[in-house]
Amino acid sequence: MYTLENVTKTYRQKERTIHALKDVSLSIPTGQLVAIQGPTGGGKSTLLQMLGALDRPTSGRIALGEADLSGMPDTKLGRIRATEIGFVFQGFNLIPTLTAQENVETAIEPLGVAADERRRRATEALASVGLGDRAHHVPSELSGGQQQRVAIARALVKEPDVLLADEPTGNLDEQTRDEIMDLLEGLHRDRGLTLVIVTHDSAVARRAERRLHLTHGTVTERA
Amino acid sequence: MFFTYLRRELAGRRRQTAIVAVGMALAIALVMIVNAVSGGVRDAQAAVLESVYGVGTDLTVSQAPTAPGEGEGPSGGVRFEFGQDDGATDDDGTTALSNSRLTAGPGSSTFDASTLDAVLEVDGVAAASATLSLTNVTFDGELPQRPTDQAAGDQAASGDAGAPAPGEGGAGGGFGGGNFDVTSVTVTGVDPAAEAIGPLSAVELADGRGLDSGDAGEYVVVLDAEYATTEGVAVGDAIELGGTEFEVVGTVTSTSADAATASNAYIPLDVAQALSGMDGQVSDISVQAASASDIPAVKADLEEALPDQTVSTQEDLAASVSGSLGSASSLISSLGLWLSIAVLAAAFLIAILFTIQGVTRRTREFGTLKAIGWSDRRIVGQVAGESLVQGLIGGAAGLALGFIGIAIINAISPSLATTSSPLAAGAEGAGGPGGFGGGGPFAAAQETTEVVLNAPVTLGVVALAVGLAVVGGLLAGAIGGWRASRLRPAEALRSVA
Ligand SMILES: Nc1ncnc2c1ncn2[C@@H]1O[C@H](COP(=O)(O)OP(=O)(O)O)[C@@H](O)[C@H]1O
Ligand SMILES: [Mg+2]
Repeated sequence: MYTLENVTKTYRQKERTIHALKDVSLSIPTGQLVAIQGPTGGGKSTLLQMLGALDRPTSGRIALGEADLSGMPDTKLGRIRATEIGFVFQGFNLIPTLTAQENVETAIEPLGVAADERRRRATEALASVGLGDRAHHVPSELSGGQQQRVAIARALVKEPDVLLADEPTGNLDEQTRDEIMDLLEGLHRDRGLTLVIVTHDSAVARRAERRLHLTHGTVTERA
Repeated sequence: MFFTYLRRELAGRRRQTAIVAVGMALAIALVMIVNAVSGGVRDAQAAVLESVYGVGTDLTVSQAPTAPGEGEGPSGGVRFEFGQDDGATDDDGTTALSNSRLTAGPGSSTFDASTLDAVLEVDGVAAASATLSLTNVTFDGELPQRPTDQAAGDQAASGDAGAPAPGEGGAGGGFGGGNFDVTSVTVTGVDPAAEAIGPLSAVELADGRGLDSGDAGEYVVVLDAEYATTEGVAVGDAIELGGTEFEVVGTVTSTSADAATASNAYIPLDVAQALSGMDGQVSDISVQAASASDIPAVKADLEEALPDQTVSTQEDLAASVSGSLGSASSLISSLGLWLSIAVLAAAFLIAILFTIQGVTRRTREFGTLKAIGWSDRRIVGQVAGESLVQGLIGGAAGLALGFIGIAIINAISPSLATTSSPLAAGAEGAGGPGGFGGGGPFAAAQETTEVVLNAPVTLGVVALAVGLAVVGGLLAGAIGGWRASRLRPAEALRSVA
């Protein structure tokens, strides 16, 4: 699925240069569940940005399938994000003024799907995460776990090849965390979804097939 | 999705929507009101000028009055001459006097009537008509037995812009135990054959008939209906002007309902010249250009042909309309304009700042939308759409507020006093300050007209309001959208802090 060759990312902050990723090479096969761990500032979110086509590496090559993400213009990266990549965030990142149903619909808006088809697919996605009865609630009327389910439905509704999650359970209590992990694991298992989860939580990481450790911009494999 | 999202945002962020809309509404209402009022002031000025110069008049030829004290201008003062036989001395030693003189109107100089021929020869002049502006001053009173001749002389007309009665000044005064009245009446000598141009082209017949070509040389007079009513004279009666009896053949009112006519009385030009001792003299020529686009060229040609006279267009003349109408006009054009620009700028600034603030607050939201594949264009469109609708809500509220404001102004319909110096464009008032011995100063004849201010609501005013709302909304939307387009999609991953 992913191939990274000597990927480097540096940020310039005034006189300082921050090496967020240093010469990272790895590949992630299709359908793998990968957990990325490491200390804060280690470069986890930066790596996820590279995988998610949100930003380009300073040097090195990163490919999603056949597509070379490192040399793509912004509009093409946007297209890849719209069609192939689903995101789940620590803070859920739902649009506060939109209902659950409408939040899910925003994900297929760029695909140019007709309105009734869009509605049908969003309803279906909400039902698949167990929130069929909460479609017309706004985020502030939902619990954290419910909001994260809506976000997962939003990530799934476009039927992506890969799902990227940055600390998806970081804002949730233990029981809810386990429910969300059950849901993600099920998706991985049932749909063969490639799943990359950044987490601080060893309980979460333990459920992954593969664990990567990221410190000072350098990746190491963990058994 | 576009409209759902837009509706949800505006409804969900009511406070911001309301602040931006209220700012826009106030600004737009103010612009509408200022615009409508200045339209009303322009209309009022046009009405005043029309009553003075006539409907078809494009240009006016006059002569600037000679400065006071310089030369023996006919407008210098009114001299009454009382001989030994003029008064009847009573037993108690007072002398009853009465005298009526017709002299050149205040603030105007006369020039030779042959100028009219020169005017008619200029290319592009369609019609022209000469008038002679006069004032009839009547002295009526009794004086104690004293040397009177020098006391009564050398009085000068005092210009008093606040004179309440239109075109008519009257003052009484005591003089060493004596009693007298001085009344002045404005009289305009007009070419009785000229109907299409000149002061009488802007009047409507109220009673009797107007002047016609057969009236040349006749002692007939047409009175301003308002003046006739105050004086208690009607068609068929006789009045005295310059010591001569005139037959009242008609009364006229102004075509513009709000303004009085230019003069109290209109008499044939030749009669006016003869009675005032100004044979072959006129004070003013009304000129009609063949076409409106010719006016500047005709003005230039007239100025070249008549180096001694002043040539004014209606626009130049508008500047001579003074009094509270003049102040209203300058107030509107300066303060009103700047105030509405300032408030409009403030409203636009508020809209822009709130939009920018909104975009900053929604950094993660827009970053998330970009992360899930929304294009920059789609997000810019969303932000611009929100601002545009906010602007339009403000525009609609402003339109309503503006209409209410204009309706209030029209309900109050403030009346403005206007003073114009007729038939002597550019001349500011007339004469110098004058006193009459120990008596009170008397107001000289000057055109003081009451005009009711109306603020018309035109399609232009409405279009202006809607246009400003759209411009304000799009401006804020464009700036906010530009900010949103520069956000990186990676902002979605920023920790919740
Ligand atoms: N946009 C940015 N500009 C400057 N420095 C950044 C930016 N994003 C991340 N960094 C820096 O890069 C390093 C890695 O950050 P990040 O990938 O967010 O780490 P993690 O997610 O593991 O906590 C940190 O030192 C962080 O301060
Ligand atoms: Mg991070």
